[in-house]
Amino acid sequence: MTRTDLGMPAFPPAAPFPPGATFPPGATSQAFPAFPEAAKEAVRDDVLRANLRRATHTIRDKRARAVTELADWDRLRAAGKAVKDHTLRHLDHYLLQLEAAVTAAGGTVHWAADAEEANRIVTALVLATGEREVVKVKSMATQETGLNEALEAAGIAAYETDLAELIVQLGHDRPSHILVPAIHRNRDEIRDIFRTEMAGWGRPAPEDLGDDPRELAEAARLHLREKFLRAKVAVSGANFMVAETGTMVVLESEGNGRMCLTLPDTLISVVGIEKVVPTFRDLEIFLQTLPRSSTAERMNPYTTMWTGTADGDGPSAFHLVLLDNGRTDTLADETGRQALRCIRCSACLNVCPVYERAGGHAYGSVYPGPIGAILSPQLRGTGSDIDATLPYASTLCGACYEVCPVAIDIPEVLVHLRERVAQGGPVTRAGIRVRLRPAHGHTAERAAMRAARLLLDRPGALRTAERLLARARRLRPRRLPGPGRAWTDTRTLPDLPAEPFRDWWLRERGTRP
Amino acid sequence: MTTRDRILARIRRAVPAPAPDEATPEAALAAIPRDYLRVHDATWTPARTADLLAANLTEYRAKVHRTDEAGLPPLLARLLSGSRTVLIPPALPPHWLSGTSATLVPDQESSNAHDLDGVDSTVTGCALAIAETGTIVLDGGPDQGRRRITLIPDHHVCVVRVPSQVVDSVPQALERLDPTRPLTWISGPSATSDIELDRVEGVHGPRTLDVILLGAQ
Repeated sequence: MTRTDLGMPAFPPAAPFPPGATFPPGATSQAFPAFPEAAKEAVRDDVLRANLRRATHTIRDKRARAVTELADWDRLRAAGKAVKDHTLRHLDHYLLQLEAAVTAAGGTVHWAADAEEANRIVTALVLATGEREVVKVKSMATQETGLNEALEAAGIAAYETDLAELIVQLGHDRPSHILVPAIHRNRDEIRDIFRTEMAGWGRPAPEDLGDDPRELAEAARLHLREKFLRAKVAVSGANFMVAETGTMVVLESEGNGRMCLTLPDTLISVVGIEKVVPTFRDLEIFLQTLPRSSTAERMNPYTTMWTGTADGDGPSAFHLVLLDNGRTDTLADETGRQALRCIRCSACLNVCPVYERAGGHAYGSVYPGPIGAILSPQLRGTGSDIDATLPYASTLCGACYEVCPVAIDIPEVLVHLRERVAQGGPVTRAGIRVRLRPAHGHTAERAAMRAARLLLDRPGALRTAERLLARARRLRPRRLPGPGRAWTDTRTLPDLPAEPFRDWWLRERGTRP
Repeated sequence: MTTRDRILARIRRAVPAPAPDEATPEAALAAIPRDYLRVHDATWTPARTADLLAANLTEYRAKVHRTDEAGLPPLLARLLSGSRTVLIPPALPPHWLSGTSATLVPDQESSNAHDLDGVDSTVTGCALAIAETGTIVLDGGPDQGRRRITLIPDHHVCVVRVPSQVVDSVPQALERLDPTRPLTWISGPSATSDIELDRVEGVHGPRTLDVILLGAQ
């Protein structure tokens, strides 16, 4: 798709994927290739790997220092986990409390079961204001619903104002990191994008724009300023919603959040239902753990908290759209529901050896990295190639669990989801309990497991098989034939011993092991 | 059935039904262990807390100044010497700006974002400051004004009364804040880590943040 000449945002075409391929809403994940194929492409890209390596290593060390500064980190982590688990256990109670508090403070609460409904609600709210453009604060929830594309289809221009989101939007690109969606771009690439694309969207980049991050940030400041000053409608997400008071919390760095949250007349926040916390006091945990985990700062430069509307200060109309979109289905899975504790810090991405090499795009979702590998297949189901392969996009090294500020045991959920994919089992989709059939492509694996069970259940047969193999050890192939071939593509078959262990034991000790 | 009812029904099906003898959500929440520290160093004195606040603000590129009541007007005059216009909230103590020659622009409800964009600096008080994180918090009080006045001008001077407005930690700050007021937490001038995850100061918010610690010297 080519850009229109109206200065309107075009769909990010994001080759090699179909234009307009957005994220979760069910079928669209079909657009993405399975993780192994996508990753194979990515690891061949030397620039991408260098960019990712540099960025993830920079933040990794800084995060470790910021966390070590707090002697009670483990206790904050445990309390954060406990508060989130508690909230999920009583989610209906806290959402109703939140709704009442927001309404009492002058806001309006809407409920959206899926991406399409959320987009429809937001589009109608924007159209009702008579405006045809909105400024946006970086929001994972609206990325997830593909809101920009929905607004575009309704003739509404959505301008991303976070620097990294701006780079992604101007570059007709897709985000590849939760916190820094343009992490796959280096300064040279960003300069080139600004030089060629800014003019089509508003104020052009300076002719002599260099690649110093300071210059690039300045170019973004000037480009976006006119949009902030004239904006009448803003769309945001939120990091936290306080049930007790109806307070919304947005953490940010650049000030684009403050601009969007305070200057326009109408503010629409689209927030996942799992973002609620019970009390204002609970923020004392997350305001300590989130900045240190995400940007490795003691505190991020700006945090805005607002409760409904305030007289004369900030938007006169506030709408909160509470988004389900697969969250209640995730909640129904006893092992998998811990993914809903996530506070989107992205520390797990920055330490993951798979993410560092494959990059965010290979995950085929707005949620890349380890958390994406457990969140996307649960929010969307494991029906598509990408979602059925995501639980395997991990070495299970456990670094993600170590750094997680709410102690999500990502490896545990990965193994759980692998079992779901390979064996099938009960899942909840759109609120309905169904039984998942085993996925294709795991037939050989299941056959091997059945054969193993057969042998291990029968000591006599096992002994015979071991002896046969030992005698045929010289015939051991380098690669397995048939469906086992893929397994030996990247692995060496182990040597077979000349004598089975149990025969050796019997010979040495004279008794059966 | 409304979407609201459907989502609530899905949640109730997804989690175990509450047992008859189960504690209320409020009681269960109160039972969660919160054995993390209220303050990270219990030996802090007001003077050390102020030093820590200054050090943390400085590390995030805020400029920190210290003075007493008598020294405040000349200090403000010096910090505002490069400004032609200064935006002021409704109830800033008048003597603070007695030494400055800049034109004072009182914030008015009728002034829009474009009007404010032409102003050079803004001077405010604050609700409190947090030493451990190097944060100042504004709550829209009369000496702070609307949120936009500390956002659009490129230079913000914030006066913190020491020790009365300084707390040690985030938990102490939340205890003192009123969530029904619009709150803005500021830790250094605006910044971004979006280019190669390296921090750069100065994006959309004020690029210069002067913090004055006001107290007996």
